[in-house]
Amino acid sequence: MSGPRRLRLLFPALLLAVTACTQSPAPPRGAGDVKPAYGDALVEGTIGDASTLIPLLATDTSSHAVAGQIYNGLVKYDKDLKIVGDLAESFTISPDGLTITFHLHRGVKWHDGAPFTARDVLYTYRVVIDPKTPTAYAEDFKQVKGIAAPDDYTVRVTYGAPFAPALASWGTAILPAHLLEGKDITKSPLARAPVGTGPYRFKEWVAGQKIVLEANHDYFEGRPWIDRYIYRIIPDTSTMYMELKAGAIDMMGLTPVQYARQTTGTRFTSQFNKYRYPSSSYVYMGYNLRHPLFKDKRIRQALTAAIDKDELIHGVLFGMGQKAVGPIPPGRWAYNPNVRDIAYDPKHAAELLAQAGWREKNSAGILMKDGKPFSFTILTNQGNQQRLLTAQIIQQRLRYVGIDVKIRIVEWATFLKEFVDKGNFEAVMLGWTTTPDPDMFDVWHSSKTNPGELNFVGFKSAEVDRLLVEGRSTFDLEQRRKAYFRIQEIMADEQPYTFLYVPDALPVVSARIRGVKPAPAGIGYNQIQWYVPKAEQVY
Amino acid sequence: MTRYLLKRILMLIPLMVGITLITFSVVHLAPGEPVEMQMAMNPKVGKEARERLRKFYGLDKPLAEQYVTWVGKLARLDLGRSFSSDNRPVKDKIAERLPITLALNIIALVLEFGLAIPIGIMAATHRDTWLDKGITVFVFVGFAVPTFWLALLLMYLFGVKLNWLPISGLHTLGSDSYGLLRYVGDMARHLCMPILVASFGSLAGLSRYMRSSMLNVIGQDYITTARAKGLSERVVIYKHALRNALLPLITQAGLAIPGLIGGSVIFETIYAIPGMGQLFYQAVMARDYPVVMGIVIIGALLTLIGNLVADVCYAVADPRIREGRGAQ
Repeated sequence: MSGPRRLRLLFPALLLAVTACTQSPAPPRGAGDVKPAYGDALVEGTIGDASTLIPLLATDTSSHAVAGQIYNGLVKYDKDLKIVGDLAESFTISPDGLTITFHLHRGVKWHDGAPFTARDVLYTYRVVIDPKTPTAYAEDFKQVKGIAAPDDYTVRVTYGAPFAPALASWGTAILPAHLLEGKDITKSPLARAPVGTGPYRFKEWVAGQKIVLEANHDYFEGRPWIDRYIYRIIPDTSTMYMELKAGAIDMMGLTPVQYARQTTGTRFTSQFNKYRYPSSSYVYMGYNLRHPLFKDKRIRQALTAAIDKDELIHGVLFGMGQKAVGPIPPGRWAYNPNVRDIAYDPKHAAELLAQAGWREKNSAGILMKDGKPFSFTILTNQGNQQRLLTAQIIQQRLRYVGIDVKIRIVEWATFLKEFVDKGNFEAVMLGWTTTPDPDMFDVWHSSKTNPGELNFVGFKSAEVDRLLVEGRSTFDLEQRRKAYFRIQEIMADEQPYTFLYVPDALPVVSARIRGVKPAPAGIGYNQIQWYVPKAEQVY
Repeated sequence: MTRYLLKRILMLIPLMVGITLITFSVVHLAPGEPVEMQMAMNPKVGKEARERLRKFYGLDKPLAEQYVTWVGKLARLDLGRSFSSDNRPVKDKIAERLPITLALNIIALVLEFGLAIPIGIMAATHRDTWLDKGITVFVFVGFAVPTFWLALLLMYLFGVKLNWLPISGLHTLGSDSYGLLRYVGDMARHLCMPILVASFGSLAGLSRYMRSSMLNVIGQDYITTARAKGLSERVVIYKHALRNALLPLITQAGLAIPGLIGGSVIFETIYAIPGMGQLFYQAVMARDYPVVMGIVIIGALLTLIGNLVADVCYAVADPRIREGRGAQ
């Protein structure tokens, strides 16, 4: 064989040499036998590796997702996003709202066999508030005035004033006192090999590759049907999607385009079940209210009227989302269905702009006032295609009413440090993830407008301030609802943000996994009841 | 030669000090602090929590003090602890990522040089023939094809459509129970596509480099003399020309040494390979100063060593250089 020929064949030969052994396809699923059975594994794709499996110290979602299978809190949200007991069998709130008493489950064991008691709750509280603990989650616990354990299975927490988010804050992972007390938590081996009370116990962590958990057969709510829970770390979403298609992972979140266009064939739908429900986040365009351009609320109303939210949902989310009207996503108990959105109406927008003095247009069709054109920049962070597309569509729509919009994309750290924290922007495009509890004090209270704080648009309203305090100072649901309903009315009128859309969450799960029941809380709330029928088990 | 070597090694010390200063300054000049990156936009995080974390990482101290502390540790070969939530020693983080990146890059490097040299020689000796033109086209494709696109294309073809190769990662789930041979085979199958992608772009450049170097040498008088003496073309090319034509490639090989530990963000991300490229990228994005500085310092040190090794190899390969330096 001549030299060139040898070379020409080298590449295919190299590939073939190592591909002699091919991956075997998954066996066909049995049609009849769908009875729950123990066994098999669930492989979930995750973009980032966890950093630490002591949730108190973790600030990233990957760590919390894994730790969520290993630990329990005293309370949790049920499928309808209502707070129910978790490690606490029950809890009572005193009529004055100042004391919460948790009655703990008896017989719960840590993964190493030690019994779970009130001592663990007291330790967790003490370590959270210890100034030496580098945690981000001390804030809610600083409201606690006193904590006591009258016996091993009762914990009584008292507050100086009624504080509604307090109950949810006890959903924080309870840590094992017998392994941590008296030791430096930042150097604990539990960060890499955690011991919890949860449905899955830690088995193996291969940095950057996978984290393997195995079912806790002694779990106090019952043994999970699926024996192993494996997180595979795949940083690229396209790769993850291909791994899904090849059957190497069982579960991931789809992008709208994947959901709408790339997963519609019968081959895919026979192997996977797609789910769709409103996510707990919303995307908005926030205006710098200190900027002269946005001081007049008629301008902000006009901008909202000039933006077609349906078009955004159709164009950016392929229809998989809904309009956001205010800071509380639809479906939540505090969502006010009576608040009317400012409808898309360019004529109305033009009228509002004219009322605010923007009547004349220059030769380029841009509105002018006092010799200055109506022009501003939307600032958003790099690496979020959805936000960029949204900004581009908005740019077109606002151009239509005579507003010149520029778009600037900035790297996240620079975006925060140089622009958002310093209030050095005209408009920003961002999103908030909301908790099931509607408390939004930090985002909207006028005391939170200092540099580096979350009310960076500079929204100030005495009435909203009062309602925010009222909403978090009582456990009475009706009273809270009233306060948040009114806040949404004020927001709809003030338009400090143009609330754009609530995207849908789009998880996909292998069809061999049964028992998945979507609810307002999503699909993960009943994971210990998921199972794979014996005939369909592959691992 | 020995004196020259000693001088070069001693010069590394002030250079390293300069590098630590520049590295520290550049890393700290980037906007955003690790604490900001971890806690920004979280309604549950107050100012007090941020301060608590800044103190924990020592970020509340003056920059000069932070620099002295860091260099002091560095002198004791301690790279410090990561600023991410795990707060693990930087050396542990690097150590668990290094072997895979090193192995992958060495294999890719051997493949690149092993292929680029014969391809370059062939293109040069068959100058302006169909073969040379074909190789030129191949080279330009190699230059032009973006790594991520080629990677995704190969994944789709060999992973999804043909189901011949695993798509990403290093091992099949459950491979821990395999025997040694099967385990190594499984890993080899996982590495096929990443190595191919890692080599492809550089292969193109290197082979082009080899071609021009060979053409340059073939045009020299001593080659004409060798041919006039009636030596076979094989002897002329492989005995007389090749040695000199390889000299520029030795420099390239020396420069590739720091790249061995650097890894590639793109193919490591796409193929889910937990290597140094991925670690570095994540550390930069999270402003994890100790990890970023640790990797940069190791890279800088290796660059210096690489240059030294290249110079030494150069001197070994070409007696004229050795003699010239010896006479200095």
